[in-house]
Amino acid sequence: MKLKDSLSELLGNPPRRIPKNEVPVEVFELHGKKKNDKERIAAIHAELAELKEKKPPKVWRRRRWATLIFVNLLFVISYYFDVQLVEGALTASRVVGFHMADLNSALQVMLAFKHVVINLVIGTTTVFIFWWLLGGRTFCSWVCPYHLVAEWAEMLHEKLAAKGIVKDHPFDRRARTWFWVIFAVLAFVTGYTVFEFISPTGILSRALIYGPGLALLWVALLLLFEIFYSRRAWCRYACPIGLTYGFVGAVSPLKVEYHLESCFHEGECRKVCLVPHVLNTVIKGRAQGMHVELGADCTRCGRCVETCPTGSLTYKFKGLGDLL
Amino acid sequence: MFDKKGRATSNLKKKKERRQFLRTMALMSGVVGAALLGYIPVVKGWVKRLRPPGALIEHKFLASCIKCGQCVQVCPVEAIKLTDMVDGYGIGTPHIEARNQACDFSCDGLQCVLACPTGALTHEVDYSHQVDIGVAKVVRPGACLAVQGKGFKGKARGAGFDGVLRYEEIDRWKAIPVADHPYDLELCDLCVRQCPIEIRANQCDAGKPPSGDKNQCPPRRAIRLVEISDENGVKKMKPEILDGCVGCGVCEMICPVDPAVIVVESNENRTGKRV
Repeated sequence: MKLKDSLSELLGNPPRRIPKNEVPVEVFELHGKKKNDKERIAAIHAELAELKEKKPPKVWRRRRWATLIFVNLLFVISYYFDVQLVEGALTASRVVGFHMADLNSALQVMLAFKHVVINLVIGTTTVFIFWWLLGGRTFCSWVCPYHLVAEWAEMLHEKLAAKGIVKDHPFDRRARTWFWVIFAVLAFVTGYTVFEFISPTGILSRALIYGPGLALLWVALLLLFEIFYSRRAWCRYACPIGLTYGFVGAVSPLKVEYHLESCFHEGECRKVCLVPHVLNTVIKGRAQGMHVELGADCTRCGRCVETCPTGSLTYKFKGLGDLL
Repeated sequence: MFDKKGRATSNLKKKKERRQFLRTMALMSGVVGAALLGYIPVVKGWVKRLRPPGALIEHKFLASCIKCGQCVQVCPVEAIKLTDMVDGYGIGTPHIEARNQACDFSCDGLQCVLACPTGALTHEVDYSHQVDIGVAKVVRPGACLAVQGKGFKGKARGAGFDGVLRYEEIDRWKAIPVADHPYDLELCDLCVRQCPIEIRANQCDAGKPPSGDKNQCPPRRAIRLVEISDENGVKKMKPEILDGCVGCGVCEMICPVDPAVIVVESNENRTGKRV
């Protein structure tokens, strides 16, 4: 995917439709061929039905949840047993003595304080390189504690939606870009780290490490909103942290890649995806190549990878071949 | 689209888009509005907190603190706690409740200052006497045991108190519970006796500065007892706060009278004077 398109999509614009003359010939021919492969389509339908019965193990989800819980527990254990492995919270920490700072929290502080000390420069640079290597929004799905509780809320939302009790109310995705701008401006103008007041990531991380507080009520409110009104609303339409890391991951070597050849456009991936617009390319006729890297907004959570009945979505680390 | 069906769909689509637009506006005002609520406690000055050593002037402190709690984690006496949402934009920032646990400088090197990744606790502060947390005030002189000419025997804050203090004569490196260290004093002088600045000044006067480092010697005294009367051999004395007081709060913590005779008032200007 082109960087320009990827960023435009990240900012909330609808995915660009690829004009016919930009679609490679081989892609065009492949679509024709697939249409006639009735046998294959029938086989996939059978497989899908079977999968729905059996519910295959969610391998990547298991790994991801384990990582997320492990990372957050490291903070807790490190403080509780005073072993000084990971000191601090997700907003800023020291990992075996080395500074790390959450990019969005650091940005808020820099804008509000208008002065940057060297430790913060070290911390942000380290984290920037780290998440650039690992995909940017990978932070969201593999580390952010709010993501985990929001996933549980989402499961509940889906259950209630299936029974017709609740309905998903989507918002305009550009809202997140506006939030990012508004909170940056607010930090600069007021001189306070305004976003930290409502950031469920910071609130949850501190609650885990230093004990619960009233601020958890705000997190509960967000979760209720997501369960009863709008699926994954905070992560999808509001959180500026996600956008910050989205930028970092735009040119990351770690991507989820789509392979057109084996795909039969069942759309299972889009149903489970937190950010389904990045999977726009899997819709019949939208792919602009035989292999398409998903855009910057992708959180590399792997739900599509483990859900795809034909294995058409895979992790990819540029330069390391098919290591994953 | 001019056919009936086509027109109907496009109208529906427009309606849907319009609804989504309004919904999005509502979401944005809701979230930004919620975020702005944090302004109220700060602007109204509802909460006045004692900040850890080295904390910048309050508005700069709130701007620069990244709310990570590393200062909380390094404090050996666990004097530092994080604030909650009621502090508005002060959420997640460190503060000290001196009556429960004061900063007794038993870390010697101002560990919280060293731990701070953003300079919210400024590195320009190296020694305890340079700290400017606040200033102690004698708020209830009539209740003071020394003013009444009384001594003090027993555990300063009772058996149930879990605050700790470093007693150098017992353990140079580790603070112990105040409840494990009973006193027997003819005239109560706990606030002066346990004042970390006074302890250092006395060591320096005796020619034994802490860690043999003369830089640790406070240039000014922090607190003393002044005689107010001497009748029939019963001395009555009154605590007086001097300009060397840094607001660490040990006097407030150790005061055996409840509520405390001495209370530390936050100095919101703090090191803002220097930076």
